Amino acid sequence: MLTAGIDMGTQRVKVAILKDNQIISRSQNFCGFEPTKAAEQAFEEAMKSVQLSRDQLQHVTATGAGVNMAPFSDSTISMMGADARAGAYFFPSARTIIDVGAEDARAVSCDENGTMLDFVVNARCAAGAGTFIEAMARALEVELEEMGTLSLKADRASPINASCVIFAESDVVSLIHREEPKPEIARAIFDAMAERVSSMVRRLGVKPDVILVGGVAKDAGFVSSLKRTLGMDILIPEESLFAGAVGAALIAAKRAGKGR
Amino acid sequence: MTLMDKKEGKGEYWRWLEYRSIMPGRDWRNAEVITAGVDVGSVGSKAVIMADGEIYSWSVMRTGSNSSDSAKKALGWAMEGTGLKLNNFNYIVGTGYGRVNVPMANRAITEIACHAKGANYIWGPTVRTVLDVGGQDVKAIRCDERGKVVSFLMNDKCAAGTGRGMEVIADLLQIPIADVGKVSLSVNEEPEPVSSTCVVFAKTEAVGLLRKGWSKDKVLAAYLRAMAIRMSELIEKVGCERDFVITGGQSKNIGIVHRVENILGMKRLPVPSLEETGLDPMAAGAMGAALFAKALHERSMKR
Repeated sequence: MLTAGIDMGTQRVKVAILKDNQIISRSQNFCGFEPTKAAEQAFEEAMKSVQLSRDQLQHVTATGAGVNMAPFSDSTISMMGADARAGAYFFPSARTIIDVGAEDARAVSCDENGTMLDFVVNARCAAGAGTFIEAMARALEVELEEMGTLSLKADRASPINASCVIFAESDVVSLIHREEPKPEIARAIFDAMAERVSSMVRRLGVKPDVILVGGVAKDAGFVSSLKRTLGMDILIPEESLFAGAVGAALIAAKRAGKGR
Repeated sequence: MTLMDKKEGKGEYWRWLEYRSIMPGRDWRNAEVITAGVDVGSVGSKAVIMADGEIYSWSVMRTGSNSSDSAKKALGWAMEGTGLKLNNFNYIVGTGYGRVNVPMANRAITEIACHAKGANYIWGPTVRTVLDVGGQDVKAIRCDERGKVVSFLMNDKCAAGTGRGMEVIADLLQIPIADVGKVSLSVNEEPEPVSSTCVVFAKTEAVGLLRKGWSKDKVLAAYLRAMAIRMSELIEKVGCERDFVITGGQSKNIGIVHRVENILGMKRLPVPSLEETGLDPMAAGAMGAALFAKALHERSMKR
């Protein structure tokens, strides 16, 4: 059976194609000004690399913040539902899935079948999402990709009062003027962000194993801070960025099987 | 009163005017007690010099990256051309976000106490509720007839609804910060507020609205509406009792003032003429600090 999932994120669109529940192709693209067009491109690319056409796919399920702009889809699934399904797919021992994206963060608890039990969401404050790291990388004048490695060089974190992106920007400027080492500032940023995400996850209850997915899961600096603030190990799937798309494709397979 | 000196911004839309003045007809040499209040805020630094509890001179400047330098600069600018030297002061009180870094201060007092005291000085004993909107904080303060704080509430380390947030949006829309209030009131019909309270997300939302074809003034009105709702919620939580006043930098933003008044169904007390009285609600915290300095000096003399 061939199915696909499209995850319309706030920053990127991700596509995964599954054959009998195995990932055979995936692709991503920046949303830019025309998310639907960006999704079409990513979708075509994912199909092209495995020489498939749309009519060979039995079911396509879309998810993500921009789900109503998704092309080609037969059905939709909530972001939380997709996360739960993907978490259990990557690690059957998964009970808590944390998803940190560009503009929101959420945590989902699930059972061994990948059925969602409960969830918490933060979409109201940018300090708990990937945007925070981007803004701080700009303030520090380092590349976004360098932030993680930079922060891992520090043994301590600079004191940062502000837990708001806007205030943290001016805080970082003051710290640079005071000639605080950049690695220590970077670590302070990840610690502040991890603290915010951790307090959200604690509201849900932290049940191991804990899985981290979403674009920010690729950031070694954030992962290290999150492990420290949660006080436990965290599992990260290879395809962390595609968790939502994979989860949606798994749902698609289930729905196709039921003849929907 | 004449504004002796104004420092113009360099075309960056968020930049606001720095200013100072010396009250005409007053001489510190005839005064018994000379005190100062220095309010180092996250965005603005304010210094007020008082001679026998009356305003002698003051300055309002932008805070730099270093709190103690900003404190020195603000007080230095208020002293400029007056012949005053630091050893002429009987007592100096520091307040605001950077109050522990005011090197010349004899003592630090929270800005909440200082704003209530300053509001009492500006508007008199009928003031019961003070909304202070600074660069980094929004505070709703209840006080008694002597300007003593009864209770207060403040926002939780979030730029939504603060002066700093306003600067970010002014820059995004390329509208000078001094004009945002007026421009936001030029819309024919008040739009729905932006949905997000976070400045970062509100920025994204504003860009989306502009792309949809909204005019700049309409987007600005939607943002100010969201700001005003947030402030009003804070005031309603602390309980709004007459008379109601607004202090801090955003007291100059008529777009905010009008909307908060509409939501609360209550007018603020009018701001006294700056030209005639030298009473600037943005410097209310520094005024309160200078008054506390006088009281503290007098108490130390009695001992």
